[in-house]
Amino acid sequence: MKLIAFNLNGKPASISADDPQMPLLYALRDDLGLHGPRFGCGLGQCGACTVHVDGQAVRSCSVPVSAVAGRKIVTLEGLGTPGRPHPLQRAFIAEQAVQCGYCINGMIMQAAAFLQTTRNPTEEEIRAALAENLCRCGTHVRIVRAVKRAAETMARERRP
Amino acid sequence: MTPFTSGRGLSESRRAFLKTGGALVVSFAVEPPAGVAAAAPSAPPKTVATDQVDAFLAIDARGLVTVYSGKVDLGTGVQIAMAQIAAEELSVPLERVTVIQGDTMLTPDQGVTFGSLSIQNGGMQIRQAAATAREALLWQVAVDQGVAKETLTVKDGVIVPRSGGRSWSYAQLVGGRNFQLKLDARAPLKDPKDYTIVGTPVARPDIPDKVSGRFTYMQDFKINGMVHARVIRPRAMKAALLAWNDVEARKIPGYLGIVYKGNFLAVLARREWAAIKASRAVATTWSDWQGLPDKTKLWEYVRSVKINKDEDLQKVGNSAEAMKAPRARIVSASYDFAIHTHGSIGPSCAVAQYKDGKLTVWSASQATHLLRKQLSNMLDLRPEDVRCIYIEGSGCYGRNGHEDAAADAALLAKETGLPVRVQWMREDEHGWDPKGPPSLYDLRAAIDDKGGVTAWESEVLIPDRPKEIAVPLLAAELAGLLREDAHPGNIQQSLAIPYTFPNIRATAHWLAETPFRPSWIRTPGRMQNTFANESFVDELAAAVGADPLEFRLRHLNDPRGAELLQRLARLSGWKPRSAPPRQSGDVMKGRGLSYVRYELARTYVGAVADVEVDRRTGKVRVSQFYVAHDCGQIINPDGLRNQIEGNVVQTTSRTLIEDLHFDRSRVTSLDWETYPILKFPDVPEVVIDLIDRPTEKPWGAGEPTSAVVPSAIANAIFDATGARLRSVPFVPAKVLAALEKA
Repeated sequence: MKLIAFNLNGKPASISADDPQMPLLYALRDDLGLHGPRFGCGLGQCGACTVHVDGQAVRSCSVPVSAVAGRKIVTLEGLGTPGRPHPLQRAFIAEQAVQCGYCINGMIMQAAAFLQTTRNPTEEEIRAALAENLCRCGTHVRIVRAVKRAAETMARERRP
Repeated sequence: MTPFTSGRGLSESRRAFLKTGGALVVSFAVEPPAGVAAAAPSAPPKTVATDQVDAFLAIDARGLVTVYSGKVDLGTGVQIAMAQIAAEELSVPLERVTVIQGDTMLTPDQGVTFGSLSIQNGGMQIRQAAATAREALLWQVAVDQGVAKETLTVKDGVIVPRSGGRSWSYAQLVGGRNFQLKLDARAPLKDPKDYTIVGTPVARPDIPDKVSGRFTYMQDFKINGMVHARVIRPRAMKAALLAWNDVEARKIPGYLGIVYKGNFLAVLARREWAAIKASRAVATTWSDWQGLPDKTKLWEYVRSVKINKDEDLQKVGNSAEAMKAPRARIVSASYDFAIHTHGSIGPSCAVAQYKDGKLTVWSASQATHLLRKQLSNMLDLRPEDVRCIYIEGSGCYGRNGHEDAAADAALLAKETGLPVRVQWMREDEHGWDPKGPPSLYDLRAAIDDKGGVTAWESEVLIPDRPKEIAVPLLAAELAGLLREDAHPGNIQQSLAIPYTFPNIRATAHWLAETPFRPSWIRTPGRMQNTFANESFVDELAAAVGADPLEFRLRHLNDPRGAELLQRLARLSGWKPRSAPPRQSGDVMKGRGLSYVRYELARTYVGAVADVEVDRRTGKVRVSQFYVAHDCGQIINPDGLRNQIEGNVVQTTSRTLIEDLHFDRSRVTSLDWETYPILKFPDVPEVVIDLIDRPTEKPWGAGEPTSAVVPSAIANAIFDATGARLRSVPFVPAKVLAALEKA
């Protein structure tokens, strides 16, 4: 058993893993009880498992848990809370940009990392940023609107 | 602990091999669970009889209303719609209503959640139950008080005299007691002009939890003592298990053992990752099986399949005679539609527990009542000893793998006595969920010398209905257990056409076999049938030099349909066109139109697609979709828009790029690289005109929109290029070939 420690949603966390090659996704879901990151393909193709590692959006299904030792992980749960939701979470509610919602973790986490670096994105840039996140219900049109709305909100909130 | 082996069904010679492989039946080293965690309600006996108000509704002492819905929310938003319907009819505030869905012990069997029938059928039963309850309570007060019922009204769950004075709340009147009332089909319904909840875009209650990681999907659900299983699938679809060896798996910490039964083979482990690793570590040998048709000759295969029977779905006049008329010009075309998979983003998952002779299964099944029958049959249990509880999973658009995962878990739970979670992997979902079957069409029409269509004939080759073609639970099939199969139905619907041609014949040739378990996959049959019909209507309009919109209106004797098409024309800014304009440049633009009256009996949808076709690459991009939609009374306009948008986008994906690949043994589209779906940059904008008719019946929405999408795109490609795309999907190679011919 190997103890692997990291920062999870602002707090210290650790797991003991008998296999350091276990993908981070299973550590988050099975050891740490989170529901935000979701199992979709296990192949890094769909984006449902997306989390932030040191601010970067990564596919937790394809990162060994040992690779995140000592690093800062943020999941959908840590992005905002029901009391203090992230602007993206508010925007997804305002736009009702969910059908089954299984992909939405990835959409929000990918978009959150994207909006860190691109502050006033065009619709085309949003579509490109989310190109490797799959949605099967066809919620895309609303998701793009929600990301746009969140970007505008964040721009407003940044102003003094 | 020592890993266990639990199995039956292999021959002695195979057993001998297995012994050499080191696998022997060993007792389980895992304690049965102490109890179920959160989600096993120990509810009192409750009626689920569909003729009883108590089956659908309960009101407690605080006046809180519980709606019991047999129809389930598959991510479509019907849960809030059901709550709106009940709250409105009872005149209680919406926030007092909770909906319980798809629990065989608590909810009535309202049929499978399919066919866009949740509101149209399921919701209307709930509305009638609510109306029956409200009327009974009004009568009760009227009789008790010796006043005329008409002098009373209901506001916020309280019965009050219209003139004011003493009042009686539902909480006081019912307060947790049973109604013990038969559903009254004639109980008067609330006048839609008094609606304050139905028809409004109420936000969905599940979304805040879904965007913050607090929602419990089926894939998140856990019970105490639960172990994890993975099923090891045959190397070929109908291959027999010859041998297996779990020596390597036994080295994995937390590995519990293997369960096999016939060709069903599964590993169990204490932890999920261990189960995944174990499933990859077990060595297996399977017999050879190459019973699938050659994909490159799929349509020759479909044409070669034995026809069980022919059925006329529509017969007007005598089309055969009209085809033979001396000056008749015959136009004909054949269409085909590829095999599709559901492609749920989350692979199917289920949890099962078998305890004291009773089986409980948590599943995202669209059909918990049907699943209960299937499971009780498979495991030789009395139906009353099986309970299936719905938990929302990843969206499924029809019968995907949820039921099969439930059967896997149920079989494993019964075999081991352990609570078992089965999570399908991506390759399980793509490889083994039931598929939308291949469909093939031949259409012909006769046109007279004045350009009038005198005859229409359509023939479809589709897999036969009950009981010839069945969808068994995979576990039952693999393990050789008793089967209670399900049968996809109604795939012949919408082959009949809404147009007033003087002679029409629409015929289904029901095929004796189809390569994969055929599924209810969004708009089953109606999508394919409408693709052929509405593409061919467009071909006829072009053949007589008519504008596609004007041509349809000319042959439509249905004012509601005509109104819808007029509104679609306004919405899209439709300009009459009779022949594709010649376009220079590499990217050609065009627009196409399509129309359906779903099943010729309910929802009307018309769509215009705007496309761009790149003549160098053959790539088609749909930039815009305009949809006019009339499903009668609208319950929740925002939920409806969400469904229409989703159906447009998903079906654009199916139409442009989706095509299941397989070799002679198995599906080879096992991930998103080999079965790509539409990505954000290629998703069309969707512009919608909702026609609300509050005094009409609410019909289904969702599927009807999907029905018009493929033909609208095909017709737009023709408008852009003069080329007809008659084979879904419209991948670049097919587009380039069609451009070559045009």
